[in-house]
Amino acid sequence: MAPLVSISGLKVAFNGTPVLHGIDLDIDKGEAVGLVGESGSGKSVTWLAALGLLPAKAKVAGSATLDGRELIGADGKVLDQVRGRRIAMIFQDPASALNPVLTIRRQLCESLALHRGLRGEAARIEALRLLDLVGIPDANRRLSAYPHEFSGGQVQRIMIAIALAGQPHLLIADEPTTALDATIQAQILDLLAAVRREFNMAMVLISHDLGVVAENCDRVCVMYAGRIVERAPATRLFDDPWHPYAQGLIGALPPLDGARRRLQAIPGTVPDPRALPSGCAFAPRCSFAGDGCHAGVPLLAPIVQDRAVACLRPQRLPVELAAE
Amino acid sequence: MLRFFAIRIARALLTIALVVTFAFIVLRLSGDPGLMIMGPEAPPEVIEAFRKAWGLDHPIWVQYLDYFKAIGQGELGRSMRDGRPAIQLVLERIPATLALTIPAFLVKVLLGIPAGIYAALRRGSAIDRAVMITAVAGFTVPSFVLALLLVLIFAVQLGWLPSGGQDSWRHAILPIVTLGFGGAAVLARFTRSAMLEILGQPYIRTASAKGVPWRRVITDHALPNAAIPTVTILGFMVGSLIAGAVVVESVFSWPGVGRLLVVAVANRDLAVVQCILLLVAMTMVTSNLIVDFLYGLLDPRLRSKGAEA
Repeated sequence: MAPLVSISGLKVAFNGTPVLHGIDLDIDKGEAVGLVGESGSGKSVTWLAALGLLPAKAKVAGSATLDGRELIGADGKVLDQVRGRRIAMIFQDPASALNPVLTIRRQLCESLALHRGLRGEAARIEALRLLDLVGIPDANRRLSAYPHEFSGGQVQRIMIAIALAGQPHLLIADEPTTALDATIQAQILDLLAAVRREFNMAMVLISHDLGVVAENCDRVCVMYAGRIVERAPATRLFDDPWHPYAQGLIGALPPLDGARRRLQAIPGTVPDPRALPSGCAFAPRCSFAGDGCHAGVPLLAPIVQDRAVACLRPQRLPVELAAE
Repeated sequence: MLRFFAIRIARALLTIALVVTFAFIVLRLSGDPGLMIMGPEAPPEVIEAFRKAWGLDHPIWVQYLDYFKAIGQGELGRSMRDGRPAIQLVLERIPATLALTIPAFLVKVLLGIPAGIYAALRRGSAIDRAVMITAVAGFTVPSFVLALLLVLIFAVQLGWLPSGGQDSWRHAILPIVTLGFGGAAVLARFTRSAMLEILGQPYIRTASAKGVPWRRVITDHALPNAAIPTVTILGFMVGSLIAGAVVVESVFSWPGVGRLLVVAVANRDLAVVQCILLLVAMTMVTSNLIVDFLYGLLDPRLRSKGAEA
């Protein structure tokens, strides 16, 4: 089966500074893929670039196709047919992601008109249905309200409703719960899982929170400094991370059960994209790094059928041992 | 909402009272109208009689109370020069001033706002830089310098337009251009920065991500937000329709309110100056009220805040 979206060799540079160094990533129909990594690792930029949403000063190279159609460098008209209709996106800070001077109704019906040709009463009824679906109580009355009249969690629900308005095949959820309280986070993630099932929609969940990704995704890609460093099924990655960075991320999580242990922090900080170390970008922070690691950038190499890692010395050690 | 406006109106009345009080005191402390109008050679008893006739011999606080009592009865005093009601003198001049300031206002809006929007959308381009250089020049060059420059070019050198007076519509062109250009420059800079700020907001990216065509992202999503700060400047410009042309009217010897003000101040024609200042304060305050009201209309966040207050 051909993938729904296929990204290959995607590179992005801001003002001449490369921030994305060639991303290869396929998304199949209906699957949920997690992208994890620290801020600045290129998780969001990958998708903003694929959808042509980066500012003009960003130089984008490589390829991103949807059902075989190229998106990079595509005409604005082509992209307008893709954005919202085939691929929808929701963002981190819901409060600022909605237009403050337009009613919820206008912002919802705008998508319904653009992508499904619904207007007037038909659009209103569909808007009500969507708001009901995402769990906004008293939708009829609240349709004429403005974004600031809703709580953060409710605004994110509305964002999801707007994203669903175009009946997309892929939803990019860019840190959808980072700005929300822990209890609201869980509700939003449950909602995303529910609508994904109902619409048989693929989802890319961008998060720095490994736990969130583990629970909600089939596959996970770990990103570091503009590259994917490990790709694995979610459960496998957690039980058995190979890349030292992925091990570090998991080692920094508190265990849910078993003996309490000291949490391990990854030493050092994310390198500045203007001054990346030669070779593997993680090598200066890596306790397993050898001479070879500083010489060349390791490629994302498939190790077994569904796993790939970009490391010259992939570690297959239990987390506790690796942390010592 | 009602209380919101009641507070605003009370504040506006207070502002007017303060302006009038300030003008009243400064005018009376800065020179003797008797001496100015009768001339320094007039015999002291004539000046004394003049002072008595206009009530200037009373203590200043008595004069002040009398003045406010008179305003309360709609009496704004008479010109000390020709005895006509001050309000009549001022009202006579208003059409001439509006004949300059209203077209100039249109120039500002029709030139400044589109230029600002365009510059913001083409940020960093040659056009953006050209607009910004012109705009900086437009509001750093004082209006009398620009006025003289225009006179030099179009009246003296080219001989296309008259350099002053009020005989035909051609006489109005240079003053209107002078006023309009400076204002358009301010407005262009303001609109550009408002627009740039809005274009960087996450909801603009959301609109694009929804598949809204770029042109409609601008018209439906960016402009309604950018209008909010721009309205502030527009309100200020509307407020200066009556007295915003003092310098330009003087340079082009245009018989408007501004020139009347200059002459009246020089002569210490108290009632006329006070009448003009009262009028100016009232237009300023009124346009501020309108701006407040427009804020509420444009920005739902302020609307609900106003309802709570």
